[in-house]
Amino acid sequence: MKVLIIGATSAIAKAAARIYAQQNCSLHLIARNHEQLVTLSSDLLVRGAKTASNSVLDLNKFAEHGKLLRAAIEELGGVDIALICHGSLPDQEKVEISFKQAQKEINTNGLSAISLLTELAPTFIEQRGGTLAVITSVAGDRGRQPNFVYGAAKSLVSTYLEGLRGKLLAHNVHVVDIRPGLVDSPMTAQFPKGPLWASPEQVAQKIVKSIQRGSHTVYAPGYWRAIMFGVRIIPDFIFKQLKF
Amino acid sequence: MEAMGWGRYPKATADLSEPADAQSLQKFVASQKKSASCISRGAGRSYGDSALAGQLLGSRFLDSFLALDEQQHTLRCGAGVKLGDILKVCLPRGLFLPVLPGTKEVSVGGAIAADVHGKNHHRDGSFCQHVTQISLVLASGEVVSCSATLNPELFRASCGGMGLTGAIVEATLKLAPVPISYIDQRSLVANNLQECFAHIEDNADSKYSVAWLDCLAAGDSLGRSVLYLGEHSVAKNRKSDRKYQDRSSIGVPFSTPSFLLNKNSMSLFNMTYFSLQKNKSRASRLDYDSYFFPLDRLSNWNRLYGSKGFLQYQFVLPSEGALEGITTVLEKISKQGKGSFLTVLKKFGEANENLLSFPKSGYTLTLDFKNEASLFPLLDELDQIVLDHDGRLYLAKDARMSEAVFKASYPNWEAFMAIKAKVDPQNRFASLQSNRLGLTT
Repeated sequence: MKVLIIGATSAIAKAAARIYAQQNCSLHLIARNHEQLVTLSSDLLVRGAKTASNSVLDLNKFAEHGKLLRAAIEELGGVDIALICHGSLPDQEKVEISFKQAQKEINTNGLSAISLLTELAPTFIEQRGGTLAVITSVAGDRGRQPNFVYGAAKSLVSTYLEGLRGKLLAHNVHVVDIRPGLVDSPMTAQFPKGPLWASPEQVAQKIVKSIQRGSHTVYAPGYWRAIMFGVRIIPDFIFKQLKF
Repeated sequence: MEAMGWGRYPKATADLSEPADAQSLQKFVASQKKSASCISRGAGRSYGDSALAGQLLGSRFLDSFLALDEQQHTLRCGAGVKLGDILKVCLPRGLFLPVLPGTKEVSVGGAIAADVHGKNHHRDGSFCQHVTQISLVLASGEVVSCSATLNPELFRASCGGMGLTGAIVEATLKLAPVPISYIDQRSLVANNLQECFAHIEDNADSKYSVAWLDCLAAGDSLGRSVLYLGEHSVAKNRKSDRKYQDRSSIGVPFSTPSFLLNKNSMSLFNMTYFSLQKNKSRASRLDYDSYFFPLDRLSNWNRLYGSKGFLQYQFVLPSEGALEGITTVLEKISKQGKGSFLTVLKKFGEANENLLSFPKSGYTLTLDFKNEASLFPLLDELDQIVLDHDGRLYLAKDARMSEAVFKASYPNWEAFMAIKAKVDPQNRFASLQSNRLGLTT
């Protein structure tokens, strides 16, 4: 199997890449940090990957997406799964008062994924098969006070994926929306951890399984589906008073 | 956050930083304030306070394999890689770790810093004897590579150096080829300590050797035990010869009330275990996981000792006085009405050149005690017995030894301090343990 991973050095992506490596897949990794990419490539080769090539890309440079993706897919010799994992967790208080900051975060967490999907879709349509999987977040399910800029960017992607899934159905291309809850990774280093926190490995296992099964919207770990159902049905007049 | 070792005693308030890669770790160390001190923390499997400090430097994300050379049998990997991950990758290729401690959940960095040993120490030495190179982030933020030939002094201080010379970020290990992943085990029953020693000596050429002791048996059966001997199996099985055993483990969800562990329950456990083993078949074939890591089946087993935690007490005595010394220790414990759930006896081979490594030629006994106030005076008395017999305690398990006991039993501590003064004059790498032992201030 040929797997393309974008934002490959994030903790969840790394864990997912390791599972695919163990299954002897061919991988191509895209991320911003060259050293981390080289380290990850060698790690995946030791773990059993057939190939593990990589390319460096700042995902906020939208104009470069198309060219780079085409080169990546060529190097990989085709693509069965594209997994989009990159993201950043903004400081809500800062992005609330600066549109420039908010725009940057929405670009990173929202628009860049849509740019990538736009570039990837034709390849998948042409080959009439494969899976596009994107990591969004439970934060996109509702606009909560502590992180609604991040949430807005993620829900932008989720809504887009929902439409894209229908559009690509006729072309036999599958679209998975993965919504992780709280994940104990370098991105969330500054938060105190509690019982609801999951490891990147747990989330990655769920991702690989849901891609294999052809799931649609996946909460990882699964209990977040119940939690977010509860959060979604809270009426607005109560929700607006909640600070969590 | 509240941090603690595997023994859950002592507990300390600490900030934990887990850099995403070696470069960020380097930046973190270099940008630290001059007065601040930190200590590396791998998988948190050392028992006492050796990986506790105000600032902890976690190696959890330094978990990448960097290169595996199947011809030369060498593996280069990050310090945060766990031994279990190495087995998972290497076992299907017929390669095995030459030294394995009692759990596969330890990190490579931790295994090097504590220079851990296994059931084959008498033949193969300790973990660091199979480490050919390490990369260390020094207090200055500089990264140095050391080995037996490159910066050899720093290498010998860092192997077994409890993370006090710097943060280990990478290591190259020598692996051992194995035909298949099964172990042929034989067990020998000994009705007292003397018999057990005799069995161990008679089987000194056995690859793996470790004895379980009924620490509560007294009188004529003091030290009654079962000696487990193991050899790598050569006979082929039909299937899954080199399969990694990805076993599920049962977790202990919360601390059990510590009053459940008392002399009666322990005595019952030890008695039952002994009588079951006594009548069991003497030879069996086990997969490596059941042989090396029986306790990993019960994850968080450390919670069984209650919320106050427990202390492991592991010492080594040179062979000459070992039988007498261990007898004295066991009598003392039983006289005080204390007991240990798991008591393990094993013979060590020669010591290596590392300055603070624990193993040295002789016998090592491991006991665990639940944490209670009355335990500490007893352990002080045991320290004295250990010193009288020219023995010493294992730093990876220690949580309370005094500076005097440490300095009397680790003769190379001054040589270690000299190297420490060179690479870390301001004691930026320091743990609660190193402060207690007078290695740092």
